[in-house]
Amino acid sequence: MLVERMELREGRGLSPAAIIAILAALTVASIALFMTIDARGKWSFVLSFRGTKIAAMALVGYSIAVSTVLFQTITNNRILTPSVMGFDVLYRLIQSALVFYLGASTVSTMDPRLRFVVEVVAMVVFSGLLYRWLFSGNRRSLHLLMLVGIVFGVLFRSLSSFLQRIIDPNEFLVVQDRLFASFNRVDSQLLAVSAAVVLAVSVVGWRWMRTFDVLALGRDAAINLGIDHHWAVMTVLVLVAILVSVSTALVGPVTFFGLLVANLAYMLIRSHRHSLILPAAALIAILTLTGGQLILERVFSYNSALSIVIEFVGGIFFLFILVRGSTR
Amino acid sequence: MKSLALGTAGVCLLAVLSLFIGATDVSLGTLYGALSGAGASDQAVQVLLISRIPRTLALVLAGAAMAVSGLILQMLARNKFVEPSTAGTSESAVFGMLMVTLLLPDTPVIVRMLVASACALGGTSLFLLILRQVPLRSPLVVPLVGIMLGGVITAMTEFVAYRYDLMQSVRAWETGDFSGVLRGRYELLWVSFALTGLAYVAADRFTVAGMGQDFTTNLGLNYRRVMALGLAIVSMVTAAVIATCGMIPFLGLIVPNVISLIRGDNMRRSLPWVALLGAGLVLACDIAGRLVIHPYEIPIGTMMGVIGSGIFLYLLLRKNSHAG
Repeated sequence: MLVERMELREGRGLSPAAIIAILAALTVASIALFMTIDARGKWSFVLSFRGTKIAAMALVGYSIAVSTVLFQTITNNRILTPSVMGFDVLYRLIQSALVFYLGASTVSTMDPRLRFVVEVVAMVVFSGLLYRWLFSGNRRSLHLLMLVGIVFGVLFRSLSSFLQRIIDPNEFLVVQDRLFASFNRVDSQLLAVSAAVVLAVSVVGWRWMRTFDVLALGRDAAINLGIDHHWAVMTVLVLVAILVSVSTALVGPVTFFGLLVANLAYMLIRSHRHSLILPAAALIAILTLTGGQLILERVFSYNSALSIVIEFVGGIFFLFILVRGSTR
Repeated sequence: MKSLALGTAGVCLLAVLSLFIGATDVSLGTLYGALSGAGASDQAVQVLLISRIPRTLALVLAGAAMAVSGLILQMLARNKFVEPSTAGTSESAVFGMLMVTLLLPDTPVIVRMLVASACALGGTSLFLLILRQVPLRSPLVVPLVGIMLGGVITAMTEFVAYRYDLMQSVRAWETGDFSGVLRGRYELLWVSFALTGLAYVAADRFTVAGMGQDFTTNLGLNYRRVMALGLAIVSMVTAAVIATCGMIPFLGLIVPNVISLIRGDNMRRSLPWVALLGAGLVLACDIAGRLVIHPYEIPIGTMMGVIGSGIFLYLLLRKNSHAG
């Protein structure tokens, strides 16, 4: 069905649909390689062990890519992302607060799926309130928003380690490993429920595809074209908050990944249609995660440093955008 | 003058308080008992001499020096939102500490500090170099560039640290914590005290340099030399503080800003205030950190992270802020 939209862009180079097809092929190849390379021992074990990893990476890549593109659509720029604005650290803070208020033993014996749902609901409420407040009222400059977002990130991170310290330090060490996922310690218990959540969000998002395109034109144009802007932005914020919860619950905060992926997608696709950008961004994200992990693990035999590499490349990219002064 | 004396008295009061707070019971009673030899052991005296007094001195020295180096950096970069942790200075110093630990594991702490200072100087110069390339459309770009540069340097540090299993040490340098300060392990901070004194002597030069290169040259000052002096002071202070107790985030940002809200921008006049408030704030945060979950402690890096970023947000979002 993507082929039908080929007419929208001719320009030089490949058509968006062809690029998406190539990305999809590369992603499939990378996943296949990841599943089979250096496999020793029983296939049933290897496939299920690596399959879990791949599923987590795919979910995380998809969630980060989609949430970033949507967030940039409602904030009308290419440099603000949910992570830069402190969303994922907010989720981590909510996790810590939950441990703090309910007690470490209660939380660690709780059904992880129930805990996840409670956290997502809290996340939607708090991020909605906070970012509604930040983005409404008198228009603030983009640089101010960026800086405020980053400082909010520091605040949330410090608050969450503050709460973690107030919980009996010994008790906390016990739960830390079990409750807080990181890129090195994927929380695979949540895979099924995360997948269901992501699917639900995607179904809603699919019906809204055209609304996203209109929202990307900016507030005034969107209202002119008959969109209830306030309501639409709130809905998108809720979707973004849910997706960020999923990715943070699975692998923890990764600051710059979304920024890289979204900008790469816009560069490759050279279109503003969400029906093209969203799949491209998601594919690039999954490809980068699986491919990056593959290269780090197999070529450099260097496990679990992927998030550090992403922060490094992403930070330089961010600096580059700032220095070029093209923050719009 | 009168109010300055009052401020000093306040800081002294906090310092005295800091002497008597902690897991071991140190009070006038136990001290008197130990000194008069009446029953009680002299454990209290030992704790006071080996741990409490050095810790309190370290708090005062580090607080004052970090606040002042924030002020100097703000003058030199001509931006209100710059301080060692938003200019790549602290992160570069941590990188230097890691490198020296890795390559020259048995060097004395003063050499480590000097290597870290050199790295901090390099990182800060890189920051200023990048700033020259940036079209300065908003003063807020400056701290953004600094924070991002710091992030990139941190990623480099962590990449190396991960490989050589030194994440634990890196975390210790990244989070300020005074609980490990003992006699014999804080004396480096006197270096930063001396540098703070030097900054006071050179205060007028920094004020002039803050008005720009042309203006400075016009007044017959060597702009480059003033810049070099300022950067050297900031780098060495930051490195000394990180080598002793770790990063104290945002201290150098909020203290000079609060003082400048109250007392204006003449550096020579505001510098004693900045030093006092810096020392006082660090003392207060550390005391609070020791009290909240007594007998455990909350490291000052965490306390300052909460308070510092809260005040930073207030400075950014308050009405009529020139930044908006």
